[in-house]
Amino acid sequence: MTSQYGPMGAGLAAIGAGIGIGQIGGKAVEAIARQPEAISKIQTNMIIAAALVEGVALFAVVVALL
Amino acid sequence: MNISAILHSKVFTKFTICAFFLTLGAFPVKVFSQEAKAEKFDAGKTAMEHIADKHEWHLFGEKVVVPLPIILYTDKGFEFFLSGSFNPEGAVYKGKYYNYSLVHDRVKVVDQAGKVDDAATKKVWDFSITQNIAGMWLSGLVLIFVFLSASSGYKKRGGKAPKGLQSFVEPIILFIRDDVARPNIGLKYERFMPLLLTVFFFILINNFFGMIPFFPGGYNLTGNIAVTFTLAFIIFLVINLNANKYYWKHIFSPNPWWLFPIMIPVEIVGIFSKPIALMIRLFANMLAGHIVIISLISLIFIFNTLWIAPVSVVFAVFIDVIEVLVVFLQAYVFTILSALFIGMAVEEHHEPHTEVI
Repeated sequence: MTSQYGPMGAGLAAIGAGIGIGQIGGKAVEAIARQPEAISKIQTNMIIAAALVEGVALFAVVVALL
Repeated sequence: MNISAILHSKVFTKFTICAFFLTLGAFPVKVFSQEAKAEKFDAGKTAMEHIADKHEWHLFGEKVVVPLPIILYTDKGFEFFLSGSFNPEGAVYKGKYYNYSLVHDRVKVVDQAGKVDDAATKKVWDFSITQNIAGMWLSGLVLIFVFLSASSGYKKRGGKAPKGLQSFVEPIILFIRDDVARPNIGLKYERFMPLLLTVFFFILINNFFGMIPFFPGGYNLTGNIAVTFTLAFIIFLVINLNANKYYWKHIFSPNPWWLFPIMIPVEIVGIFSKPIALMIRLFANMLAGHIVIISLISLIFIFNTLWIAPVSVVFAVFIDVIEVLVVFLQAYVFTILSALFIGMAVEEHHEPHTEVI
């Protein structure tokens, strides 16, 4: 089903997604700390951005594992 | 504190309920482990079997199953029978036109001795009511019940405070309208509300049923690429059929003319990559959640000792709790991204930006 290097690719994709989502989450928390009244707008944008990053990572995982 | 006070305290009741479900969870493991002794346990194979579609619905454990109807369209005509005819495992069912058997949960045409006939199998179309389809119908019935009772509530008590199921769905619908549809689509949001609500609740309830390990759940509908493909295809059609001239102009006439050869292919890929991203995201998220949980449970059988069980159960419960969050998040993300893409397609350009509250 998969070559022996497939899982390695999936792991690399996970590293990238981890860095990306970490940045998004960290910056969002910073922004909320600075402007607590904008929390709902920041959260919505954070979730959209995280979903886009996650989508790319999942592309990579699916391609690597299947 | 005397004994009756303890028996009637809320904490005790909760404890009993938890203990009941924990013991319930122990049974399949017992059945499972007896089989694991017979042959070597393969975690990858178990996980793949677990997430795949099946022709029968396991109530609990390995023995109690609901047989589901099998509908085959052969070159000679239709065949109807129940999947219970394939029991015990590997049994051959004599149909009207061919003999059938289940090989890795797929119906194959076989000869008398049970050898798979590939040429004849290709001619047979499988329209069976599988576990996923039965589960989808069940969740559809639940949704119809919930929303009919909610809408009848509005008819009966128009303008008054909501009651029962009505008060459960009303905040969610308002949330979709005020936080998803209106900011992302803009003034024309009302046309797309039925679509967004249907997609949201369909994904949400099927994700939830997938989280339940036994009967009403136990299927993996949103982790099936065919289902997520259909959902994404609907969104694709809605985006492109509702798109206005600004959307098409943006794609086919980029501003400096010499960018034509680069930008037009990129934008055309962009049309298709949006729904494909929606499809892959939902599929891979739900699939990954199921695989992680079954892998953690599989640790018990890989190490072949009961002492690893506390560790794997604690981790599985932990991941399960995260999955409950993911269930909501994926339904939400699918809806909000659909709304965003539809909003990009229907938005009017070159007019003063009006802030919609």
